[in-house]
Amino acid sequence: MAPSAPSTSALSLRDAVALSGRFPLLAGVDLEVARGETVLVEGPNGAGKTSLLRVCSGLVPLSSGRISVLGLDPVRQRNRVRRRVGLLSHASHLYDDLTVRENVRFAVRAAGADPGRIDGACDRLGLTGRLLTTNSGKLSAGQRRRVALAVLTARWPELWLLDEPHAGLDASTRTTLNELVAEASASGATVVLVSHESEFVGSLAPRVVTVAGGRVTSDRRVGRHGSPVGPRPTAPSGTRAQGAVTHVA
Amino acid sequence: MWRDTLLVAGKDLRIEARSRVALSQVAPFGIVALVMFAFALGPDRSLMAKGAPGLFWVAVLFCTVLAVQRSVAVESVDGARDGLRLSGLDPAGLFLGKSAAVAAQLVVLELVLGVGVVLLYGARIEVPWLIAASCVLGTVGLAATGTLYGALSAGLRVKETLLPFLLLPIVAPVLLAGTRMWQAASAGGIPSDGNQWLRLLVVFDAVYVALGIVIYGPIQESA
Repeated sequence: MAPSAPSTSALSLRDAVALSGRFPLLAGVDLEVARGETVLVEGPNGAGKTSLLRVCSGLVPLSSGRISVLGLDPVRQRNRVRRRVGLLSHASHLYDDLTVRENVRFAVRAAGADPGRIDGACDRLGLTGRLLTTNSGKLSAGQRRRVALAVLTARWPELWLLDEPHAGLDASTRTTLNELVAEASASGATVVLVSHESEFVGSLAPRVVTVAGGRVTSDRRVGRHGSPVGPRPTAPSGTRAQGAVTHVA
Repeated sequence: MWRDTLLVAGKDLRIEARSRVALSQVAPFGIVALVMFAFALGPDRSLMAKGAPGLFWVAVLFCTVLAVQRSVAVESVDGARDGLRLSGLDPAGLFLGKSAAVAAQLVVLELVLGVGVVLLYGARIEVPWLIAASCVLGTVGLAATGTLYGALSAGLRVKETLLPFLLLPIVAPVLLAGTRMWQAASAGGIPSDGNQWLRLLVVFDAVYVALGIVIYGPIQESA
C-alpha cells in the first residue's frame, strides 16, 4: 500500500481527467498543494486553468483519477467541501433584482458563514453608502466583481480559488485584493490563483504551476519578484493525500 | 433543511416582489387567456359557467409554466445556479424553497383567476372550502412538479420549449382532479365518488414532493 502524503495537503489531484462530453477539460493532472500555500496557475487560453478550479470546487466531477480537497471527497462530501471552499469565477453569481447588501447577505447565509462579517467585508471592498442598496443589475462589471469579492471576504473560506481575480478591477481594488490574498495566506488559508496578469500577482505566490493541454507542464518556486529559483521538489512517487479520495475508474 | 428552505424561498419571493413579473405579466396573461376562452365559447352564459372549472385550471397550468420558467430564469443569469451549488445549500431545502416560492405566486394567481372566472363566466361556488382545498393541494403539486422539471430543463438550450412539453402531460391529474372538485363545489358538495379526486391530489403531491427532495440534488449537479 502506498504511503500517505502529509495531512497538510489542501488539494491533491492524481492523474485527474475531467471531460465535457467527449472533450477533455483536464487530461491527467497531478498536483499537490499544501495547506496555507499560495499557488499561481498560469497557462495559455484553453489550457484547463478554469476547469482545474471548477474541479477543485466540486462543480465538475472527475471522469477518472483521484482528487481530495481539504482531505475530503468533493463528490461524496460535496456540501462539506463547498462550505469550506470559495470560488471567485468569471461569473459573479449575483441576482440582478437584489441589492448589493441582499446579495452578499444571501450568499454568506447560504454558505453557513457568520453574517456579522458582512459589513466589514463590504467596507473593505468599498461597497458603502447608496451602493449597498443599489440593485446588482445596475452595477458595472468591476462593481459586480467587488461584490463577489465581498462575499468571499465575509465567508473567509479555507481554500480560495480565484479565477482571474484582477480582471475588471480598478487599481485600488487590485491592491485590496492583493492584501486580502496575503491575509488569507497568513491566516492559514490556501489560495490557488489563476491569472494571466503576473505583474499584479507579484510576490503573492511563491509557487507557479503552468498548465497546458489539460496537464501540469511545469511546477516551480519563484523569488519575491517572480524570478525563478528552481523547480519545486516533487513528492515521493506513490504519495497520496490523507483523507477521503475519489477514484473513478 | 428548513433553514435553507426559508432562505431560498425568501430570496425568490424578494426577487419577485422587486421584478413583479407574476403580477404585471403572468396574471394579465391568465386573464387574457380567460377572456379568449370566453370569446371561443360564445355568449351562452350557461355554457361558460359549465366550462369554468376546466378553463380555470387550464389557465392556472399556463401560468404555472410561466412562473416556473421565471423561477429557472433567475438562476440562469450570471452563473447564479453555480453560486447556489457552491454555497453548499441542502438540495432538499433548495427544492422546497424554490417550490414554496412558486406555490406562493400560484396562490395569488389562482385568486386573481378565480375572481376572473366568477365575473367573466358566472361560475357558481356553493362549497368554497372544497375549491380552496383543491387549490391548495393542486398548487403544491404544480409547484413541486414545476420546480423539478424546471431543474431538469435548466441546463438545456431549448428549455423554454421543452418545459411545457414535459410539464403539462405530467400535471394532467391536477387538471382533472381540480376540475372535478370545482364541479362538485358548484353542485353543492362532494358526490359519493368525489373523495377519490381529493385522494388523487394528496397522493400526487406526496409523490412529487418526496421525489423532488430525493432527486433535486442529482438533477442540479448534472444539469
